[in-house]
Amino acid sequence: MLKIADKIFKSRLFTGTGKFSSALQMEESLLASGSELVTIALKRVDLQANDDDILTHLKHPHINLLPNTSGVRNAKEAIFAAQMAREALETNWVKLEIHPDPKYLMPDPIETLKATEELAKLGFIVLPYIHADPVLCKRLEDAGTAAVMPLGSPIGSNKGLRTIDFLEIIISQSKVPVIVDAGIGAPSDACKAMEIGADAVLVNTAIAVSGNPVLMAEAFKIAVESGRMAFEAKLGGVGTQAIGTSPLTSFLD
Amino acid sequence: MSSFNEIFEQCSWEDTSKSIYAKTDADVKRALLARKRTLEDFKALISPAAAPYLEEMAQISQQLTRKRFGQVVQMYVPLYLSNECNNICTYCGFSYDNKVKRKTLSPMEIMQEVAAIKEMGFDHVLLVTGEANQTVHTAYFKQVLQLIRPHFAHISMEVQPLDYEEYESLRPYGLNTVLVYQETYHEEDYKKHHPKGKKSNFQYRLETPDRLGKAGMHRIGLGVLIGLEDWRTDSFYTAMHLDYLEKTYWKSKYSISFPRLRPFSGGLEPKIAMSDRELVQLICAYRLFNEEVELSISTRESHSFRDNIIKLGITAMSAASKTNPGGYVVEPQSLEQFEISDERSASEIAEMIARQGYEAVWKDWDISL
Repeated sequence: MLKIADKIFKSRLFTGTGKFSSALQMEESLLASGSELVTIALKRVDLQANDDDILTHLKHPHINLLPNTSGVRNAKEAIFAAQMAREALETNWVKLEIHPDPKYLMPDPIETLKATEELAKLGFIVLPYIHADPVLCKRLEDAGTAAVMPLGSPIGSNKGLRTIDFLEIIISQSKVPVIVDAGIGAPSDACKAMEIGADAVLVNTAIAVSGNPVLMAEAFKIAVESGRMAFEAKLGGVGTQAIGTSPLTSFLD
Repeated sequence: MSSFNEIFEQCSWEDTSKSIYAKTDADVKRALLARKRTLEDFKALISPAAAPYLEEMAQISQQLTRKRFGQVVQMYVPLYLSNECNNICTYCGFSYDNKVKRKTLSPMEIMQEVAAIKEMGFDHVLLVTGEANQTVHTAYFKQVLQLIRPHFAHISMEVQPLDYEEYESLRPYGLNTVLVYQETYHEEDYKKHHPKGKKSNFQYRLETPDRLGKAGMHRIGLGVLIGLEDWRTDSFYTAMHLDYLEKTYWKSKYSISFPRLRPFSGGLEPKIAMSDRELVQLICAYRLFNEEVELSISTRESHSFRDNIIKLGITAMSAASKTNPGGYVVEPQSLEQFEISDERSASEIAEMIARQGYEAVWKDWDISL
């Protein structure tokens, strides 16, 4: 069972709310995905209105909201956004996204580390979106992060796990859950991420822009479950190592 | 303070032991094939079920070690500063209740020993003492470090466990590495073997690597004294400790040693002996489990064993060691902590290493940097 901070998740598929053709389609897709943690861009929510369309469609007992700070450019703005989200959505969970670069939306590691430190001190459950950088992950752990969310490839690119070598290092040494975020383009990518031991994946674009988002959401649900099962069952090794001709242990005979 | 103790308390020695001995042929095969090996794989590799796969393990261990370290062996030598000790340890020649002449080297004597060590070619020294907090304390260590720092590129220490603040204060004096062996992770047995002295505090010792990690020590050495308890179970605890430390104090390097109980005057017989074959299995299992950890072998082991182990995963080796304070020149006849087995000189060892196509490395770090 996946546990982040004090919350237990049955589903290891986290989802997003962007790029769907309608709020209703989003709702149906998220229900089909079984996801229990759904990220929502603060900038998209009308925090004043009581009946914001997106929020209305997310009102299901099993769905937890994960406000994200998408759009902010530095730590200061991120902290402000997180505090706003806590007020408005009554959650101290925040997905930290700081990308000063509007074109590729690459996360800023320095500002992200600063903001994580501050927000953790302020009692937030921080889930930072970052590059697949193993050292940054350890620095974030030291700063009090609740999980790390390294990217598989550029956000929205659907290119899959281009960073797999670094993800494997991160997974092997992490003390907090590792959630592969960004770039997962197909259920097979999500499945692979789970097979290598990721604790969860976050998928948005690949579901939202597919020909049939509801069906795709279900496909991801199954892929994530399947990948996790394979990880728990332990994969068999690939191939055998060639054994050298001169024995190394004959001196023991 | 969060520490390894929290993980330790969740494990039972009996269950751990049982699960190691229950590993099957299939578990070993899977561990051999795995791309990244887990603690469960390590259990399989140290289990009796892995015995038929020793050659395969050795081949993989050699490949992994060469990939990471190249064909080199780092050379170091111990410098025993003192045999004063307030602890009773059933297996140690310096035990408080052992009637031996006690000695702590003076600055002048230390410099005589240093000159002899340098003459042999060493640039990495391991300072060793007993535990006598009245005389051999942090102030003494600072004095020694100041004295010898100009003469060595790398200084390691194997002395009594210290407090966090003490470790932190020693680092600027050029202390790079601290070795602290748990002896055994079997708590009751530990208490039997350490009935008196500060060392009888199991938990303080268990949490020493945590204090070292927090103090930012560059390299931390772990190990158990093989022979006190079931080596497989003790080694699994060591691997678990290593795994925890690497994840927590990720800026430090780690090394493992595998001292087998050696005879000394009035000494203890091993409760459970470990054969050469089993020691090779353990060394290879560590390498297969962790490609980065340094594996060190001392002169406790025999001439021929050391010759053959070079290619199997070892990365560091001592040579020409004396285990008595003043053993090199000041008082060569005084009583040793334990008898060494391989008595060859440093240059003989370096030649032996070269004959195998490896290189003896005398310096791989520089404290003046």
